[in-house]
Amino acid sequence: MHNNSEKQKEQLLRMSGVNPLKCMKCGKCSATCPSYDEMEYHPHQFVYMVESGDIETLRKSDSIYKCLTCFACVDRCPRGVEPAKLIEALRLSVIREKGANHLKAEDIPALIDDDTPQQAVMSAFRKYSK
Amino acid sequence: MQRIGVFVCHCGTNIAGTVDVKAVAEALKSEPGVVISTEYQYMCSQAGQDLIKAAIAEHKLTGIVVCSCSPRMHEATFRKTAAAAGLNPYMVEIANIREQCSWVHKEMTIGTEKAIILGKAAIAKVNLNAPLTPGESPVTKRALVIGGGIAGIQTALDIADAGFPVDIVETKPTIGGKMAQLDKTFPTLDCAACILTPKMVDVAQNENIRIFSYSEVTEVGGFVGNFEVTIKKKARYVKEDLCTGCGLCTEKCPQKKVPNEFNLGMDNRRAIYIPFAQAVPKVATIDPDYCTMLKTGKCGVCSKVCTAKAIDYQAKDEFITEKYGAIVVATGFNPISMDKFDEYAYSQSPDVITSLELERLMNAAGPTGGTLLRPSDREHPHTIVLVQCVGSRCAACAEKGKEYCSKICCMYTAKHAMLIRDKYPDTEVYVFYIDVRTPGKNFDEFYRRAVEEYGVHYVKGMVGKVTPEGKKLKVQASDLIANKQLHIDADLVVLAAAIEPDKSARPLATMLTASMDTNDFFTEAHPKLRPVESPTAGVFLSGACQGPKDIPETVSQAGAAASKVIGLLCKDKLTGNPCVAHSDELMCNGCSTCANVCPYGAISYIDKEFRMPDRTTKIRRVASVNEAVCQGCGACTVACMSGAMDLKGFLNKQIMAEVDAICK
Repeated sequence: MHNNSEKQKEQLLRMSGVNPLKCMKCGKCSATCPSYDEMEYHPHQFVYMVESGDIETLRKSDSIYKCLTCFACVDRCPRGVEPAKLIEALRLSVIREKGANHLKAEDIPALIDDDTPQQAVMSAFRKYSK
Repeated sequence: MQRIGVFVCHCGTNIAGTVDVKAVAEALKSEPGVVISTEYQYMCSQAGQDLIKAAIAEHKLTGIVVCSCSPRMHEATFRKTAAAAGLNPYMVEIANIREQCSWVHKEMTIGTEKAIILGKAAIAKVNLNAPLTPGESPVTKRALVIGGGIAGIQTALDIADAGFPVDIVETKPTIGGKMAQLDKTFPTLDCAACILTPKMVDVAQNENIRIFSYSEVTEVGGFVGNFEVTIKKKARYVKEDLCTGCGLCTEKCPQKKVPNEFNLGMDNRRAIYIPFAQAVPKVATIDPDYCTMLKTGKCGVCSKVCTAKAIDYQAKDEFITEKYGAIVVATGFNPISMDKFDEYAYSQSPDVITSLELERLMNAAGPTGGTLLRPSDREHPHTIVLVQCVGSRCAACAEKGKEYCSKICCMYTAKHAMLIRDKYPDTEVYVFYIDVRTPGKNFDEFYRRAVEEYGVHYVKGMVGKVTPEGKKLKVQASDLIANKQLHIDADLVVLAAAIEPDKSARPLATMLTASMDTNDFFTEAHPKLRPVESPTAGVFLSGACQGPKDIPETVSQAGAAASKVIGLLCKDKLTGNPCVAHSDELMCNGCSTCANVCPYGAISYIDKEFRMPDRTTKIRRVASVNEAVCQGCGACTVACMSGAMDLKGFLNKQIMAEVDAICK
């Protein structure tokens, strides 16, 4: 089990390019997060939990889908930790194992209407496909 | 042929633990020139030094090699030993068999082998050593202090107290610096002006101190003990010797819309102004960017009202050249610009202010007369959010913030929180912190008082964003302990902005050939053991120009810098380091490469007459080293293409002999 979490951690860090050791635990990522109240685990907790190898908990949590991928935390982090990239890597690693895209490129035209900002479609595409 | 003695030190077990010292002494006996080789437990002890002295006398030694610790540690010790026994101190070589051998090796055989090789190299070098005699240069008994804040003031007062004349150069129209702008000072809460202004008066009245206010250093030449400095006295359009500081002109001047920099632009001053009531010198200054008379030639009100006839619209910048023995840099700091921190809405709302602006808003001499009012509507704020580490400890955003901790913010934020709660108990004060750092005498107790006695809400977490909405500032922040996101409707947000060295520091460092770090703080000669000296001889550091510092620390460092200056000025002559560069004029081709690489400006070029083989004479351009300035770094010897430059004590042939001995 321990070995497995070490492996998962290494994979996540490689995928995201994030070094959680750079974090100084100031919480500015969670302070800036617009999705904070929706999330069970908050951006600063993601960074800490990946670092301490508590990855299975995060994989099972809904929080990985609640992240808006708005990258406010990436922009504001004073240490350049980039929590959203870590959350994205976690989400991708879960989705990849499930196989099959949740959102196919062909489905996109049907989703676009005047009310949906293109950015939302883009980020949905990032989140729900491999 | 030299007669060399080799002395191998055990250093207790430091060396003897991994090096067979007896084998080393034995092996080095047969090296060329060696007449005696021995070992002892502690060579640096009195007994060890006596052993060396006795050997010098008994064997008529002309050079010695000590196989011991790093030359940084005891080279000076053994040079003194040699000198006491009548040997030229530069005939001593150290083979470092501790830091570079016994401490890094674990196996006795390998350690011993390497120690023998290092010993052979040192012997090879001593065989080529020649006695060196250091040169001497006179000392100008006058000091220059650049910067008139609390650091410069304290340094100048301490040097003047010792009886040496001191000049202070300050770019602003008055001395006093940042401390003059502060309200109260931690951890005792005494008012800044009450403790600073008497010192400013002391400076003005001290016969040994001259103040060049509204002036800048424009050129620095020379070297330790003999600096020649050009100071630009900017035209202030008011004759300093005539102005009585009555202030009538500053009341009558019709140009009323000049942002007052002393109050950080939160109110206006006139085009002719005295920065604050206790200014030293208390002399008016005309701001040429705003004065109607200087810009259009039509006005002249100040000149009409001045009974002392001190106004001089024709004034020009003046340049003064003066000689100094020592220079103290005390250029201080500034808060960084908050313009790029969009998330805190600093440029969007006047009610988001910096901590220094808060100081002015709480100061009895400030724009609100000491009543804390919001800049936007002049109403009393009821909810105040103080944000720490804004731009400090910011590794990801080099264009925005600074990677270092600004050190003073934790304490002044606690002070602000406490003062606000003390004066306005109906106000809720929140402090958002990453860590509260309060190392210092009575500092942590001070912060705890803010929490326990004054009921300041300290929240562990950062503020993510501030959004102005109506009359309120919506603050969104983390409470990491409660694992909650907080939303506070604040009336005033105060940002503890990181501090950075004053912008004048970088060009000044270039003039002084003093080194700086990547953040533009001046580098000290040794971070622990020589904290107030710059690596450039004769240049000393005082206050925040060397790193973020609070007032107690600045004052102690200012005193330390002064004592170093006094130590220098007390001397009639300075003994140089004889291990300096030397140019063989016959080989020098005058290419200037050495002068270009010299970090100390020690090399100049002279035209010299040479007698040629055919008995004619020819004038050639050759390098000339100023031995008093040269620090012996050797950069020129490597750069010299014709092989004319050499470093005394480290001659190219000596280095090659060492390499040969190692590779044999």
